[in-house]
Amino acid sequence: MELFVEIVVSICLLGGAAFALVGSIGLARLPDFYMRLHGPAKASTLGVGGMVIGSTIFFSTRGNGLSLHEILVVVFLFITAPISAHIVAKAALHLQLPTVARTRRPENKS
Amino acid sequence: MMRRLFPRPELSGILWGLWLLLVNSVSFGQILLGAFWAWLIPFYTHSFWPGVMSLRKPWLGLKFLGVVMVDILIANAIVARLVLSNSERLQPAFMLMPLDVKEDFTITLLASTISLTPGTVSADLTADRRHLLIHSLHVDDIEQTIAQMKQRYEAPLKEMFEC
Repeated sequence: MELFVEIVVSICLLGGAAFALVGSIGLARLPDFYMRLHGPAKASTLGVGGMVIGSTIFFSTRGNGLSLHEILVVVFLFITAPISAHIVAKAALHLQLPTVARTRRPENKS
Repeated sequence: MMRRLFPRPELSGILWGLWLLLVNSVSFGQILLGAFWAWLIPFYTHSFWPGVMSLRKPWLGLKFLGVVMVDILIANAIVARLVLSNSERLQPAFMLMPLDVKEDFTITLLASTISLTPGTVSADLTADRRHLLIHSLHVDDIEQTIAQMKQRYEAPLKEMFEC
């Protein structure tokens, strides 16, 4: 049982870390600002999500009862992350940051 | 009487749950203290709150949450592959999505959901509040993507909060 729990927790942590890594790679090597914005979005959803699930399982199986307050991390993150992404994107539009040439735009762009 | 004591029953419920999660315990004292906060905070702050929408169909909300979770998982895998592949081949686009939802709260929820699913970020709301500007990392068919987002996210949100 112990071993099984440890394996599940490890998978959650490694999975979360892998997605955070991919998000960071995206942030570093995508060509323009708007595309880079998609990197952190990944890291903050599945990256943190995986680690939080791992943490919940780990602390819930140590005999001190259920530990669910990690869920709040996800809840607060899911509320705040899209808003900061929106504000950052909006600021970038306002400053008219360059996009890669092949980015398609709607005709009546406001 | 109940209405005056609990002007926002949903907010009270959320605060209660939040408190119990924060202290990470369901002992009698914490349940009582949480109930006290759940009464006090809405009671003293409800005059500052803008008109809040109430969730008309809770089970639809749960289903929506499930759909979004699954979409986040799938989109994460897809975007991971896109990021690691040759970025020269990505086809980014700004898309203008016409909005059917009208209320601040539902628009916020829709924009947040779109930003949470990897690959799309909501970037701006037009001044007339009729369109949402969305940046996407890679799309083949803009029309189809917008139709899909409207059907998967906007339709349930509209049904849940606005009828």
